[in-house]
Formats: sequence, structure tokens, C-alpha cells
Amino acid sequence: MTDTLIDDPALDKLLHRTDAAHPDAGDVAIQNYTINFGPQHPAAHGVLRLVMELDGEIIERVDPHVGLLHRGTEKLIEYKTYAQALPYFDRLDYCSPLGMEHSFVLAVEKLLDLEVPARAQYLRTFFAELTRISNHMLNLGSHVMDVGAMTPNLWLFEIREDCLNFFERASGARMHSNYFRVGGVHQDVPLKLLTDIGDWLDTRLPRLFEDAISLVADNRIFKQRNVDIAVVSRDDAIKWGFSGPMIRGSGIPWDLRKSQPYDAYAKMDFEVPVGTRGDCYDRFMVRVEEVRQSARIMRQCLNEMPDGPIASLDRKVVPPKRGEMKSSMEALIHHFKLYTEGYHVPAGEVYVATESPKGEFGVYLVADGSNKPYRCKIRPTAFSHLQAMDMMCKGHMLADTTAILGAIDVVFGECDR
Amino acid sequence: MRAPAPAYAADLNGATIAAARDALGTALVDTRDAVGEVALFVTRDGLIDAMIALRDTPGLEYQQLMEIAGVDFPDRSERFEVVYCLLSLTRNHRIHVHVAASEETPVPSVTGIWPVAGWLEREVYDMYGVLFAGNRDLRRILTDYGFRGHPQRKDFPLSGFVELRYSEEAKRVVYEPVQLAQDFRTFDFMSPWEGAEYVLPGDEKGALPEAKGAPTPLSADQIQKADAAQTAKATATTPKTTDSTAQTGVGKAEPDAKPKPADPDVLKGKGEGK
Repeated sequence: MTDTLIDDPALDKLLHRTDAAHPDAGDVAIQNYTINFGPQHPAAHGVLRLVMELDGEIIERVDPHVGLLHRGTEKLIEYKTYAQALPYFDRLDYCSPLGMEHSFVLAVEKLLDLEVPARAQYLRTFFAELTRISNHMLNLGSHVMDVGAMTPNLWLFEIREDCLNFFERASGARMHSNYFRVGGVHQDVPLKLLTDIGDWLDTRLPRLFEDAISLVADNRIFKQRNVDIAVVSRDDAIKWGFSGPMIRGSGIPWDLRKSQPYDAYAKMDFEVPVGTRGDCYDRFMVRVEEVRQSARIMRQCLNEMPDGPIASLDRKVVPPKRGEMKSSMEALIHHFKLYTEGYHVPAGEVYVATESPKGEFGVYLVADGSNKPYRCKIRPTAFSHLQAMDMMCKGHMLADTTAILGAIDVVFGECDR
Repeated sequence: MRAPAPAYAADLNGATIAAARDALGTALVDTRDAVGEVALFVTRDGLIDAMIALRDTPGLEYQQLMEIAGVDFPDRSERFEVVYCLLSLTRNHRIHVHVAASEETPVPSVTGIWPVAGWLEREVYDMYGVLFAGNRDLRRILTDYGFRGHPQRKDFPLSGFVELRYSEEAKRVVYEPVQLAQDFRTFDFMSPWEGAEYVLPGDEKGALPEAKGAPTPLSADQIQKADAAQTAKATATTPKTTDSTAQTGVGKAEPDAKPKPADPDVLKGKGEGK
């Protein structure tokens, strides 16, 4: 600023740029300063480094540096058989592992043109929705905590803990379930688990969830921190490749479960909530409503779940169970071949995307006819959302960053891969 | 399609290809409709116009760019393929657009059409080294600050070249060449009956004549040759044992007595043959 000033004492006096105590007060150069937000910041939801240029407390520019959790998943998958590649997907978005598995499993099935029994489709739909609930519990709670409220997070974690217990009872693992398989699911669930989840959906979930949300949804402070923060128009949402609750928050009723149904979603009856203003509060409330709709889908799954096999009976893809393997020579051969060599996928390429809790999670799979993927490109949801941070943060206060990040729902396992 | 994959309007595939032919003209090199997905192969120079046409032409209307994927085919003259996955919200349809590139030939950037392409192109550049002309922020994105190489290329090793650790002496993170305690285990499941083009361990012995009593049947003259070779070797060594009466000095030596040929399968004793 100083270089543009004309150094004229008379002019300074005229413009009141000098005073007696500080003769050169008008010559103070004001510079924007740059700060690091992260990589270790509790509100960064992982390892995110934001290089921010601030004018006072107003954000001028944000440059997110990602990749601090890059583990080379896509490269590793190229060296693994299709069955061995599946557990890597749990570790992408570790807050919604089954949502990640879903895309990969559907992509391989599409290349194989493999039929999946109805019960397996219902089970996958059912657990994908349970994943959505557990993911949103974490996100809603941490979003609320990022803007200053403590209690709802603790209550929502109660629900998440229940969800993780259910995952453990179905698959044996609380987080990295590795439950979906190409052709179905790994194993059937006990009836008691389904009835327990049914009871939970009717009693514990609504009570805890509505209690927690009632604390914040109409709370004055929460609204002050979120309403009209990071407003994204419909056009911007499309241009920036938004998906999931981010695009719905901007008022576009786009849900892959509705528009491009996979597994049993075509038979499900549910609503797609949309926002009206496109701000952080809308995104929050879209997720709140999605939890209720997920519970609705899960109830329908429980009511309609058919009996039958839980995985395809094509023994060239789905290995037989151990009990069968012990008594049948044919099954032994299949078991051995599938657990060593795996199955060969015909050459071709597909891009399969599902509605993961965070948005469109896609897998671009190139198969060359061998037992390993030639290329497995993972389309993370957070990548495009995080890229729009600069656009969304511009002109907001520094403290709004946490609210904007919380409403994006970013997990770095998935963003960095 | 029997698989329960996301069911978008796949019945529009044929109409889409026809509409794309009209809209793209000569920029369109090839089309493919496989596994229910439409792929358009576009020239590099015509990419920008093609993308604008795909976005704005009524009947195509691909408003969203969801993903840019790089693929490496080292055998091709232009080894990289850049794949743009487009989504139409109004027609509920997906396509992918393929462009070929090499290390030297930059692909025109589509950041002017979709700002989301910025990071996606950065990732392809980071992973494959494909350059994007017009992307004003073409930095690395996922790899470490100061990383060298492009890790998704097929000729980049899975383990990489350097590993890092915190050095207590230097009080900072240091980079060192990778040292693996155990080799990465790869198994080749290609059946030898399906035309494998490699030599299994032990196969190289097949070229040589085998030892006597080997399981593979040999022709008579091969056996003779093998015997002759081994016998000749055995006579060269002087046996230390006293085999014949000529050496013990007891009685008279037979006129044609020779030392017994040593068994090549028996290891020599200590100091033997010196």
C-alpha cells in the first residue's frame, strides 16, 4: 500500500494521515498473512493442511494440501486378486466401510455379468443403510462439536456404538467388516440379529437421535454458525462435481439410490430430502433427514427380506463354504482354486458409482482378463468437495472454516487413498 | 444385464452414440458400447470442443464431470489413456471419453469447462506424468513434497524407491533407499497347459542330458554320452581308497584292472581328490 502513496506532507495532513503522537501512522503497510490450518488440527477431521491467506479474520484464499494419508491403494490393488482387493475398500472411508465395498463389488459383478440372489441384495441394501446411519452419526456429531456444542456428539456416539456392535455380530469386525462379496455377502446373519436391529430401529435409535438433534436443530447459536455459511448455488454444485448431501443441500434432488437404483433399492420406498438455500445448515439437515429415511429403508428390508442363498451359486466365482468343502471333492477343488488363483474377470472397463453416505463413490475398473485388476481408479467423494473449499470459504471468517469442513463430511482415508 | 449394478438409462446408449457422432464430427475417432457402457474415443486436439459439445448439445447434456482416470498401456506408442467420466443429471446417463497421450504430448485442460477438473488433472499428472496444457496449477497432489517419479506407471515398482523414517541423530525425517526384509510375494497362476511363456525353475535342466536313472526317458545315444562324460570326469580324480590288488601290492594285478568309477551322486569325503 505504501508504494502507491504520494509522499506529500500537505496531502497527508489533508487526509488525516498523520497525527502528533505518531507522525507516520498513515504509512502502516497492511499485509495479508498466511497461516497453516492443520495438518494436525482436531477440526480438520484427519490430516488436512489448509494454507490460508487471511485479511484480518476474513479468508481471502484457501489452498488445501491433501495426500498426507496417501497409501497407494490403487497401486496395491493392481497387484492383488479381486478377492484380495476388497479389504482395501474398508480402509478408504473407514467411517462407512460397507459403502466403499458396495461400489467395488457391483463393478466386478457388472464385468462378470453375475446374478445375485434376492436375499443377498436385501442384506447388502440393509447393511449399506446401517452404514449410512453410523456414518452420519459420526459426521453430525463432529460437525456439531466443531461449532461448539458438546452433548449431541456424545449422544450420537451411543448410536454409532450400537451400529458397530451390529456390524460385529454380522461380520465379526466392528469397523473393517469385509462383509460384501462379489456375488453376495460373506455369510448369513442370525435371525436374532435382524430382530434386534428391528427393535433398535423402533426404540433406541429414534429416542437417542431425536433427542440429540432437538438440541441443535433449532438452537440459536448453531444456526448463527451455519445458516448462510458457504452458500453453493445449483450451478456451482454441478460445475464443481458435487454429489450426495452436498448437491442435495443445494437443492438438486439427485440421489443415485433413486435415479440409478442398484441391489434392492428399486423396491424401496423412501424420500430424497433437499435443501433450499445451499448452506451448511441445509447440508446438516439433509443428513438428519437421511438418517430417518435410512431407518425407513431398513424396516422395509426387514419386512420383505426373502429366504434363500446369500451369495451366487456360481462356483466359478463364489467359493463354497468350508463345511461343503470338507465333504465334496468338487467343492474342494473350487475352494482351493478360488482362494489361491481367484477368478478371472473378462476384459472390459466399467465405471460404477453408488450413493455412499458422503456422495458418489465410484470405481473405474479396467480388467484385462486375468485374475487381477489392470487398473482400479477410485473416485473419492471428498476430492471434488474439498477442491471447492476455496470457492466456499472466500469472504467468510476463519472460524467458519470448521463449520464448512464439517458440512463437507470429509474422511482422509478416502480422499487420499 | 443380470448384475444388480446401478441401473441408469442404458437404453439411451445407441441414441447417445448417434447424437455424439453428429455433435463431435471428426473429433470422434471411435465409439464402443460394451458391458452396457458407452465409451467415446476423441482426438487430443478436438477434446475441448468435444467436451463443450457433450455438455451443451440438447440430447447429450453431460453437465457433470465426475472423474478423470489415467490408465497406462506401456505397449502403445502413446502409452497413456486419460478417461473422463461424465454424468448427465437430466438424461440420467453416463459415458466415458477417452483421450490418448504420451509423456511429451500435453492434453488440453478442461478446467475452463468444469473447475472440478483442476484437482483431477493434478492427480493424473502426479500419478502418470501426463501434462495438461492450460491447467494453471499443475502441482503434485497426493504424493509427498519433493517426490520424484510417477507411481501409477506400470514400470514404477510397487515398493517405490525410497522410504522415510525419523532419524534420532539428524533430528529430522530422512529418506533412504527401500530395504525389504521380505520380498513381495507374487504367484503366477497361469497354467502351463494354457501356453505360459516363461521357464519354470528347473526347466533349464531340460536342455542338458540328464544323469543316469533320471525319470525322463532319454534316447540311447544321449545316455551313452552322459555316461561317457561322467566316466571321463571320474577317472580324472585319483581315488584314495585301495581298490585293486595292484595298489595294495598283494598278489598280481589283473592286466586290465581299472579303478572303479566314482558315483557322481555321492559327495566326496574331506580332502578327497586333492
